[in-house]
Amino acid sequence: MTSSFRLPTGGRVDRSTELAFTFNGEALTGHRGDTLASALLANGVHQVATSVRLGRPRGIVAAGAEDPSALVQVEEPFPEPMLTATTVELHDGLVARGLPGQGRLADEPDPARYDAVHAHCDVLVVGAGPAGLTAALTAARAGARVVLVDEQREAGGSLLGAPERLDGAPALDWVAAAVDELTAHRDVRVLQRTTAFGHYDDGFVLALEKRTDHLGAQAPANRARQRVWRIRAGHVVVATGAHERPIVFAGNDRPGIMLAGAARTYLNRYAVLPGSEVVVFTSDDAAYAAAVEIADAGGHVAAVIEARAKAPAHWAEECARRGIEVRTGHVVTGTSGTDRVTRAHVAMLADGVVGPRTGIACDTLLVSGGWNPTVHLYSQARGRLRYDAALGAFVPGEEIDRASVAGSATGEFTLAGALRSGHDAARRALASAGLSTEGLPAEPELPVTDPEPPAQPTRVLWSVPDPDPDAGHGDQRFVDLQRDATVGDILRATGAGMRSVEHVKRYTTIGTAHDQGKTSGVIASGIVAEALGVDVGELGTTTFRPPYTPVAFAALAGRDRGVLHDPVRVTAVHDWHVMHGAEFENVGQWKRPWYYPQDGEDLETAVLRECAAARESVAMMDGSTLGKIDVQGPDAAELLDRLYTNLMSSLKVGSVRYGVMCGLDGMVIDDGTVIRVADDRFLVTTTTGNAAKILDWMEEWVQTEWPELRVHLASVTEQWATIPLVGPRSRDVLAAVAPDLDVSNDAFPFMTWRDTGVAGVPARVCRISFSGELAYEVNVPAWDALAVWEAIFAAGRQWGITPYGTETMHVLRAEKGYPIIGQETDGTVTPQDLGMAWVVSKKKDDFVGKRSFSRPENLRPDRKQLVGLLPVDGDVLLPEGGQVVEVDALSQPPVPMLGHVTSSYRSAALGRTFALALVRSGRERVGQTLYVPLEDELVPVTVTDSVLFDKEGSRRDG
Amino acid sequence: MQLIACPHCGPREETEFHYGGQAHVAYPAGNATLSDEEWGQFVFFRDNPKGPFAERWVHSAGCRRWFNAVRDTATHQILAVYRQGEPKPVVA
Ligand SMILES: [Zn+2]
Repeated sequence: MTSSFRLPTGGRVDRSTELAFTFNGEALTGHRGDTLASALLANGVHQVATSVRLGRPRGIVAAGAEDPSALVQVEEPFPEPMLTATTVELHDGLVARGLPGQGRLADEPDPARYDAVHAHCDVLVVGAGPAGLTAALTAARAGARVVLVDEQREAGGSLLGAPERLDGAPALDWVAAAVDELTAHRDVRVLQRTTAFGHYDDGFVLALEKRTDHLGAQAPANRARQRVWRIRAGHVVVATGAHERPIVFAGNDRPGIMLAGAARTYLNRYAVLPGSEVVVFTSDDAAYAAAVEIADAGGHVAAVIEARAKAPAHWAEECARRGIEVRTGHVVTGTSGTDRVTRAHVAMLADGVVGPRTGIACDTLLVSGGWNPTVHLYSQARGRLRYDAALGAFVPGEEIDRASVAGSATGEFTLAGALRSGHDAARRALASAGLSTEGLPAEPELPVTDPEPPAQPTRVLWSVPDPDPDAGHGDQRFVDLQRDATVGDILRATGAGMRSVEHVKRYTTIGTAHDQGKTSGVIASGIVAEALGVDVGELGTTTFRPPYTPVAFAALAGRDRGVLHDPVRVTAVHDWHVMHGAEFENVGQWKRPWYYPQDGEDLETAVLRECAAARESVAMMDGSTLGKIDVQGPDAAELLDRLYTNLMSSLKVGSVRYGVMCGLDGMVIDDGTVIRVADDRFLVTTTTGNAAKILDWMEEWVQTEWPELRVHLASVTEQWATIPLVGPRSRDVLAAVAPDLDVSNDAFPFMTWRDTGVAGVPARVCRISFSGELAYEVNVPAWDALAVWEAIFAAGRQWGITPYGTETMHVLRAEKGYPIIGQETDGTVTPQDLGMAWVVSKKKDDFVGKRSFSRPENLRPDRKQLVGLLPVDGDVLLPEGGQVVEVDALSQPPVPMLGHVTSSYRSAALGRTFALALVRSGRERVGQTLYVPLEDELVPVTVTDSVLFDKEGSRRDG
Repeated sequence: MQLIACPHCGPREETEFHYGGQAHVAYPAGNATLSDEEWGQFVFFRDNPKGPFAERWVHSAGCRRWFNAVRDTATHQILAVYRQGEPKPVVA
């Protein structure tokens, strides 16, 4: 397999570079400008892969992203699965192998960078073929800001694969001049190797630029390998060309069977002769150019099998001149060959009946059934398609907002027509983007094309009947090569009653592979329509969805990986916690100390120690993540009265009150403390995870319902650091660090706050408690937090001050029956359910949620209510979320469920385990024995009041 | 991704906004006198038309202000935007 099919001259490859690569373990060479596919063909390698289900040899069908079968795994420079050989640019050191359908992900992190860039423009042109270049030039000349994206390594589109002429010179000269002119414009950006893969509302397009893939190991490490462009355009010109449509016949999947247009591209762009002995099978004019050009390049074309009754006169003459036989009214009915096609079976096809077959030896069989406009990006933006019966293809059916289609993507397949349509689309784009076309000449200045021979209509032929269907090898008429799905599979689907192409697609999997049915989708529609006896246009085609080509997750993730995946919020004291060995818990985006293990302690022992310190001596925690909202204005008190269930306007400056907020439905949404700073100023706190939600909730009411209230809200969560100081010794510690403060119970009673200096820093100290112990909450500016924290820690050392985390906080509050919003509540729990009727004002006429408390559903005596549960065996820890049932043996389901465990801990203070639970008619059940299933057992529990520790509140004042 | 024209900031990407449901449904004053059914209607029920629909939106990741928009629920096209307190515009 070392014979070279590279022609001595021509093409767009750089023969002065020799690139060494390895395919399936074989060392081969190619040139810069090659794709892996063209380099393989140049080396005579046609079989690339084996098919996913049947293990049949598969080769290269196309020359671009539409290829359905040449799947490879790249191993070097970095493992990447499921790439098509036709879209991998060759580079030195590339190691790849063919895939049996599925690839292998790398088992190491991808070292490459990926990033994303936003771009804004008046006109985005997708595709740098003749239509796209003309559109971009026209828009640029009118002064528009233009972005031109094109998926190939160089501009030119279809002109790269055909020896066209413009203005009497090679068309690629015109392409080069156009690119020069565009890049000279200050407001034009040309992006090669960039595939627009998604087209969304309002001119938004996502494109993927491959920046270093073609450099292999030489890729600079500091350069993003791939970049996602997020382009917002005033108007999008879709000039994405067309994909050639195969014809389905038995054995149409053998390596060496290729689309005729792809063969032209390999010949003209890559200077590769696709084979030595060629048969062409066509129902369309375009394939003749492949036959003629291959013959002129030294290949032998055995025959053109023309499905139509008559060959186009011009091409018949060209073939005759080269001694190429044209067999009209004939089709290819099958092929022979093991790992490559060796023979085409040819027969007459008249009125659906296949005549006797003859064989023609060949190593390459080129196929063309016409062309499908590449309407994906148009269709993604919800443009409706129209079936063109003459083309056998779906074409754009209407003008849509902010997008136009140009060139062969419209079904206009002549070069002159493509240039004209590119110009016209640009004019529509300029008008749509609100730009002047005054600077443009009245008549477009378009390059002159050579005269095109008169065209003969395409014969729409989806598939050729299998003349020998009972040969015992199963159906080999492959519609989707990658899925190994055949005409027979489609007929089974319609036979089973399916009438929609969407259903047939899901049943057969046609169009669901990496190529998303670029060559198979329309044919599948055609075959379904024939089977059902309906019009293809009526039947339609499956929906085109982004992405147009596969996009790696790494590219979509961009820089948002690892630590940058999601913002991490840390408090001002975070580093201290890290240094003191804290384990952290994620609360929203916050990292909160969870517990501080000492000497190999586990969670349980650490928490028992921390709890004991808080109840017996003194402990401190970092509560800075608590949400804090500054409420200011003459109507601040009025607003809080309307939003909290209890009265806030009666709160005195210098005092603190606990409050609960409910939704309109009367269900608790948050709780926290409110301190009155001044007549017209409050500071309210929220649950850590609810800070943003509650600020939004308050803003919503102020802006949408009560704009007359003179009040303003600002989040000050990050500005204040908050240090709860808890335990019988907390007063001594506070006195030590706040020498100017009278800490006596009379001078500084419960639920008040004082401004004072703490460790020399201006501080606001609140006397509030979330544990039932004597406790303070020291608030200082975040900037000073570490110094204050360390001062308190040092002052408390003589009493063994113990830092504690969220787990200990949870246990301490649960022992007191204090609910945590989001743990004891789930949006279906009222304050009354929590046993907190005392927090619901009876004095206020109205507040949010009040009217709902008297709804019959909320007055039912069997509502779930918060209670305590004590496992009869004080060593058994109930599972949080465990169901509470009344029966001591589980019968057949359904077992009536009374509620569930919301919190469950081991308590140092109680010397046993305990839990909180929401239980139907819970308060009536105090004293009852209920059960909680744990693994295979039912754990008996005694229902108690929710307050399990210091019910009298004797510890609050120290 | 749609552009939504915030009446305070101009066109911005839809990910900057949050949806707030049907507009012009005022919080009923004196709701103590409402029947349970009337109150339930206010709390739990909203219109769900196919076609133009006046809705509340908030520019959460921008100016954080609430405004109203008339959106065609069948096409997602936003037909009009207007500030809080302004009357619902007549759209074709
Ligand atoms: Zn705004």
